[in-house]
Amino acid sequence: MEHYISMFVRAVFIENLALSFFLGMCTFLAVSKKVTTAIGLGVAVIVVLGISVPISNLVNTFVLSPGSLHWAGFPDADLSFLRFLTFIGIIAALVQILEMTLDKYLPSLYNALGIFLPLITVNCAIFGGVLFMVERDYNFTESIVYGIGSGVGWALAITLLAAVREKLKYADIPDGLRGLGITFISTGLIGLGFMSFSGVSL
Amino acid sequence: MASAKEMKSVLFGPIFANNPIALQILGVCSALAVTSKLENTLVMCIALTFVTALSNLSISIIRNHIPSSVRIIVQMTIIASLVIVVDQLLQAYAYNIAQELSVFVGLIITNCIVMGRAEAFAMKEKPGMALLDGLGNGLGYSVVLLTVAFFRELFGSGSLFGIQIMPLVTEGGWYTPIGLLVLPPSAFFIIGGFIWVLRTFRPEQVEAKE
Repeated sequence: MEHYISMFVRAVFIENLALSFFLGMCTFLAVSKKVTTAIGLGVAVIVVLGISVPISNLVNTFVLSPGSLHWAGFPDADLSFLRFLTFIGIIAALVQILEMTLDKYLPSLYNALGIFLPLITVNCAIFGGVLFMVERDYNFTESIVYGIGSGVGWALAITLLAAVREKLKYADIPDGLRGLGITFISTGLIGLGFMSFSGVSL
Repeated sequence: MASAKEMKSVLFGPIFANNPIALQILGVCSALAVTSKLENTLVMCIALTFVTALSNLSISIIRNHIPSSVRIIVQMTIIASLVIVVDQLLQAYAYNIAQELSVFVGLIITNCIVMGRAEAFAMKEKPGMALLDGLGNGLGYSVVLLTVAFFRELFGSGSLFGIQIMPLVTEGGWYTPIGLLVLPPSAFFIIGGFIWVLRTFRPEQVEAKE
């Protein structure tokens, strides 16, 4: 149990997808003007990461890894070169299914998250999370913890940045830095803050 | 066939006038993490330019045959296949760099520049122009990335392409490296500065007050 808690904390603070691996930056910078929208997008990312990482893990273990097809009678097959294509397909399909399910059964949630879901298909944070899971050889339980943890970290980062940007509206910023420039610099400062967690060991 | 002037603007426009990173906020996603060393950055830039150019070309060739309802899937498939080719080539011929770039090669698939140009340009224009546009945007991305990597490697570890330019204090030289530049957040400061410089010379890019 301790192992999973430490993994969770690591994914949220120390190896934050947005601030230390720069993943999901496009949406991160574009959708962080208001705290409410930032939280909406953050929740959507947590949900999608929490589902897609474990599913990709299963597909990877039972179909794609070298020798994993022995249950189907192909012990020598190595499909690992198809990973990118398969994972991106899984994510795209998953987002689509999630969108339809929410629309049918939870319309209020769909109204809140709906506009963000299509954005998430091309969000590098999701794909990055999946690729990190493969690279670090997580097992199924670990992949659930990692998926949710990294999603929470990303949501936390975008909410923080949105809060900073809401305040920055009242600041007098040099012309050339206004908008995108100062956003980059504030993101860097938040990143530095998060780095102070790196000494934490559990 | 388009005029030479038009071709030139499509190819060189994205470098400063319409830079994908500094102006369109595209493609910042995956790449900043690889800018601590010039060598890795260069490989990443070549890979991205290759993928953008070829995906633009191939999508543009079949643009009239793609039904618009499934176009995203088609684009994704083409881009993912190209990235797989790049990844396999790197694994085969530059194994060490491929290891250091780790997941970031795969992340070219979700790089917004590739998708964005496919959707915004290649779906409408002729193959030749689409190829140039892909090359141009790849170059625009490379300029920003190489600038960042240049500063980070030179001042962060006193070297360029792994060759020691300024001897470090720890090895008996005179240069005390700026440790901050080796850490990931420094890339944000450098890009922020890059945007500032760019917009000082091109005031038309300054964003309006809210």
